[in-house]
Amino acid sequence: MHKEAAIREPLILGHKTYHDITEDVCRPIEDKAPKTWYILFAIAVIVGLYGVGCILYLLGTGVGVWGLNKTIGWAWDITNFVWWVGIGHAGTLISAVLLLFRQKWRMAINRSAEAMTIFAVFMAGLFPLIHMGRLWVGYWVLPIPNQFGSLWVNFNSPLLWDVFAISTYLSVSLVFWYIGLIPDFATIRDRAKKPISKKMYTILSFGWSGRAKHWNRFETVSLVLAGLATPLVFSVHSIVSFDFATSVIPGWHTTIFPPYFVAGAVFSGFAMVQTLLLIMRKAMGLEAYIHTKHVEYMNIVIMVTGSIVGTAYITELFISWYSGVEYEGYAFMNRATGPYWWAYWSMMTCNVISPQLMWFKKLRRSLLFTFFISIVVNIGMWFERYVIIVTSLHRDYLPSSWSMHYPSHIDIGVYIGTIGLFFVFFLLFARFFPVLALNEVKTILKSSGESYKNAPDDHHDAPSPEPAAVEETPVAEETKQENESSDESLEEENSDENNNDSNS
Amino acid sequence: MADKVIYAMYGDDDVLKDGAKKLVSKGVKIAEVFSPFPIHGIDPIIGVKNTRLGIMAFLYGLTGLALATIGMRYFMVGDWPMNIGGKPNFTYLDNILAFIPISFEFTVLCAAHGMAITYLIVNRTLPGMPASNPDPRTTDDKFVMELRMSENAGFSESELEGMLKDTGMIELDQKEVK
Repeated sequence: MHKEAAIREPLILGHKTYHDITEDVCRPIEDKAPKTWYILFAIAVIVGLYGVGCILYLLGTGVGVWGLNKTIGWAWDITNFVWWVGIGHAGTLISAVLLLFRQKWRMAINRSAEAMTIFAVFMAGLFPLIHMGRLWVGYWVLPIPNQFGSLWVNFNSPLLWDVFAISTYLSVSLVFWYIGLIPDFATIRDRAKKPISKKMYTILSFGWSGRAKHWNRFETVSLVLAGLATPLVFSVHSIVSFDFATSVIPGWHTTIFPPYFVAGAVFSGFAMVQTLLLIMRKAMGLEAYIHTKHVEYMNIVIMVTGSIVGTAYITELFISWYSGVEYEGYAFMNRATGPYWWAYWSMMTCNVISPQLMWFKKLRRSLLFTFFISIVVNIGMWFERYVIIVTSLHRDYLPSSWSMHYPSHIDIGVYIGTIGLFFVFFLLFARFFPVLALNEVKTILKSSGESYKNAPDDHHDAPSPEPAAVEETPVAEETKQENESSDESLEEENSDENNNDSNS
Repeated sequence: MADKVIYAMYGDDDVLKDGAKKLVSKGVKIAEVFSPFPIHGIDPIIGVKNTRLGIMAFLYGLTGLALATIGMRYFMVGDWPMNIGGKPNFTYLDNILAFIPISFEFTVLCAAHGMAITYLIVNRTLPGMPASNPDPRTTDDKFVMELRMSENAGFSESELEGMLKDTGMIELDQKEVK
């Protein structure tokens, strides 16, 4: 077993065995749900149903119930779409990009981050669909033979690219997530006692048995899917930004949009992961697996992507002046000092200043502060999209068409409703699915677990006559470690490892 | 043909791996290993060949790319040349930049789904399939090595069991299979 450098913080705290990991993750699924779960679920369902009601009213009445007018034809709906798609970027980034970079800390958070991604993309997909006004003809966006003089969809349009990008992203993320879930469902299946849950998890686990050949394929499939999903993550938000960047509206017509949108998406996605995981680890007793170090790593990602976003804002401002295009210059002046100045400055404060606080080690390791900043970032990122979309549109080329956007109560209801629906899905996931990638976390126990890291020697030296004794007597193990000096040198460890290798 | 299978259970992945190395060096054939997570380095020891699913993914990806190109050429150039702002597509190459995003997305779509479906079929893991692990604990924290008597004709049953006991296993089980 390859051992990590001793100075790296362990990723699994405490003296866990493989069985402890199974127990810790399966217990919340097998036990009765706590009362708080039912309360939260009830609130989420009520809020979600209110949103569904607003959507039904919208479909029955028409898109006129939104606060749009002839100048501002795009506002609230597309803001929410881009916000949700952005949030949906963290999960696949964590599980795909961090897998390619062999970041072991991803293993504790990838499962729930991916679940969050999938549910967020569900919510995002809802907005273009209801924007069509006639939900039931949504399939017209696909290139299918039709009765309208074989009129095909326009493959030159970024809106159609979006259809392909979002649906590919959603379905590939779903497959990636489910393939990782199959072995963990098998673990729950083999532990289940009640006949109904046994049956359900038998169906969900597809008869997984953990054969060596299957694991070999599993690892290849995960790696190849990660390789495919990595450019996919970057392409999706690039294409979303093309919706704006390929138009000729001042404030939208910029080449910086794709990288800036992708950075913003990762930024807001990680913030949402922080919000959810900080609550989840506490509620489900997973503090040993998702701890300060994980939060710190995620905060560093937030800091880096936040800085990219900040740089992009300032570059945009500079170019609007430097280009000498008066329409561009006006668009940006109007953002900062026009009637939507409060949205612009909330965006600047939340997205440019707040991530810079993460340079302080004390702050980025503080869970309470992280939780606060994660909410701030999500508010800021919502305002970013609102500012980009509404402030660019509301001052038309003709001053006689100048207008303002005020959301109607249906606008607000649909948005709040999607947050409710999102939590309905996430709470169901937390209740019935393994929230930690069991099989992956077990593979890093020996290289990054606290008890193994601090142990003087690898545990896989010549098999003793009683190999199970190690696991059966954790108390003896603990005392042994405490007696060891904590500042053992790296060289000693390396030489130990070499000895073992030559023995075997 | 009736066959006898010996299941040796281990409490640790590294103990199993070292045991497997010893057994294989003595000429024992290990039929299968069941584990709760991938044991790195076990495949070459017990003779599991590396999967070729990666090649399949590449081929599915190529198929997707070809389908997207043929499809978009037919829709936008052949069947109904769309004239957008006085800029019709006379040839596919004229307007290839606009076709790149969808070509890429469709390639990824076909590669990912093609590989995932192939993976589930070759594994025989499909919805509703029964599990075939010998002990429910192998998806938790135990590791099982499977030896088949028919594949180890050179050894007697007691010889095999004796060798297994030397490798640090914790439980032994036998089963008759068809």
